[in-house]
Amino acid sequence: MLAALAAAGALLLSACGGETTADSGAGETAAATGEFPTTGSGVVNVYNWTDYIDPEELKRFTAETGIEVILDTYDSNETLLAKLQSGATGYDVIVPSDYMVQQMVDLGLLQNIGVRSFPNGGNIKDNLIDVYWDSGRNYTAPWNYGTTGIACNFVAEPECANIKSWKDYFTAGLPKMDSLKDQVEVVSAALRATGVAGDDLCTTDTAKYIAAEELLAGFKPAVIESDGGIERVTAGTSNIRHAWNGSTHRMTVENPDVQCIYPSEGLNLWADNLAIPVGAPNLDNAKIFINWMMGPQAAGAQSNFSGYDNGIKGSDAFMDDSLKTDPAVVVPADKEALISPLPNCGEEARELYTQVFTTWTTGQ
Amino acid sequence: MTVTTSTPKSGSTQRGNRARPGQSSPKLAYLPIIFLAFAIGIPLLIIVVYSFLEKPSQGTGVKWVFTTENYKALFIQQKLDGTTALDTRYLKVLWTSFTYSLITTTVTLILSVPVAMWIATRDARRRTLLVALVTLPFWISILIRTYGMRQIIADEGPIGKFLGLFNIDWSILYSPPATILGLIYVFLPFMILPIYASAERFDFRLAEAAYDLGAKKLTVVRKIILPAIRPGIISGIALVFIPALGSFLQSDMLGGGKTNMVANVIANNFGQARNWPFGSALAVLLIVLTLLFVLIIQGISQRRGDKVELV
Repeated sequence: MLAALAAAGALLLSACGGETTADSGAGETAAATGEFPTTGSGVVNVYNWTDYIDPEELKRFTAETGIEVILDTYDSNETLLAKLQSGATGYDVIVPSDYMVQQMVDLGLLQNIGVRSFPNGGNIKDNLIDVYWDSGRNYTAPWNYGTTGIACNFVAEPECANIKSWKDYFTAGLPKMDSLKDQVEVVSAALRATGVAGDDLCTTDTAKYIAAEELLAGFKPAVIESDGGIERVTAGTSNIRHAWNGSTHRMTVENPDVQCIYPSEGLNLWADNLAIPVGAPNLDNAKIFINWMMGPQAAGAQSNFSGYDNGIKGSDAFMDDSLKTDPAVVVPADKEALISPLPNCGEEARELYTQVFTTWTTGQ
Repeated sequence: MTVTTSTPKSGSTQRGNRARPGQSSPKLAYLPIIFLAFAIGIPLLIIVVYSFLEKPSQGTGVKWVFTTENYKALFIQQKLDGTTALDTRYLKVLWTSFTYSLITTTVTLILSVPVAMWIATRDARRRTLLVALVTLPFWISILIRTYGMRQIIADEGPIGKFLGLFNIDWSILYSPPATILGLIYVFLPFMILPIYASAERFDFRLAEAAYDLGAKKLTVVRKIILPAIRPGIISGIALVFIPALGSFLQSDMLGGGKTNMVANVIANNFGQARNWPFGSALAVLLIVLTLLFVLIIQGISQRRGDKVELV
């Protein structure tokens, strides 16, 4: 846990570090393995989050490798897990988040592909190699990562200036408030608001959940939905939203009045990963796809599309300036201490999360 | 494969086996019955079985251990402080679903009777056109239509802009009224069509005769017209109320995604909460309540001697 925390801090410090060892690293590894295929034929079935991958980049991938991409999308880690566990074997590449990777490895759903032996395996940012969910990167390659904070339209809602914490957010009682429909994010934010530290979010102390439940009882946002938040905030339907930082970045680009808020109790850091499920029909194509996405240019273009930073060295050379200067994306130095990774809670804590979330949503 | 056997051979007419007009070999029904048995029966069976199983300690799905805890959990809450209490959360959600469906049914009924009667009294050519217009929404996916509704009733949508000209504040999206509006919009044709089917068969000369014989207008409606279209009304109520009870999309998209109908809670249990057994128990409860409603409707219609068969 402490190691993961340290990694998280370092990761953000280097978020805009501009390391340039990418090319040499890639060359060496490629020479070592010798015969990693770079082109293929047929298809690769990619199962990714909604609105998370640049269609133009997929076209470029097909042009360079001869492999056609078939894209399907999901809206939560749980949907992905349910689909894999119900026996779906048609997918070659999936994009689970940190805690979900650990669960999937435990359940034997992912293939050990030795990502660091890939030609681009040396491109992984140093602090993203020994992560708690896949130490040494045997199963997964890093994809995008980000934080979950608050997006606020400071012009349409002057009260934004008074929202400094999760507690302020949950008790503001303003119109046009908007919440994620994500039980881990909502309940962990409520726990932070009631005094639970970032490294204690998997606590099984029920008293802490009772406090969170009581806080949430008074929180009645106009909308509880994970999808479509960018459209709602830029259209003015919502003014304050519990939001992933990439979404906040895309809102700010559309409407500069929208700015991110770093709640004083701390924020969750999450990291998505590319992985190959057991039973993938096109294993070679899947490896080619993951390796290609670990190239600095592809990773940079992906960040430009999604609004999130990525785990590939040298990709910032290909990233838009608007991304590199947005405090929503690149965490300001004085806010770094607030960030802590979302841990993989045990069954008992997850059950408590479900309890609190159910009581909150059914009490709306 | 079985289709060929269902066509009566010409030779059979002589033995008098040929189906009388309007009748046909029951074999024609075998294939659809088998299909329905698979498409409805098996999923239903899975849901019932799952509702009596435990959830696994990791991941989704079920653990093959028998339990009745899922049904207890519908009504009894293990509170976070360790005490148990009557759990009103799911009862409230069911009550909300019930009231939304009831309002939807009532409003669609009030809107549909005049529309259906009006269509039924047009000449044949215009009737065909008008019925086609009523079914026009079916040409477009319900999801697209609900998105369309969202644009129309949004604060900054056409209605909001128009009312804004008169300084009238318009804010309905992401509220229970928006959910109900969406339900009414989607289910209206399901009420109009069966009532129209009844009204079309009605001999309007009977109404004229009653009027000529001195009955007041309201009496004609009450004593002549309404009894004649009652089978259509009962079918319409069943076709609207039952699916409305299990609606998911409208509360999700127009109600702001706040879990306020039972189908949304079921979906959450199969998704984020990862509790398939409990979701199944809730689904079974919904099925039982729906069945109860169907039986009530059937009881009423049978007592009245109407020919409405729902089960």
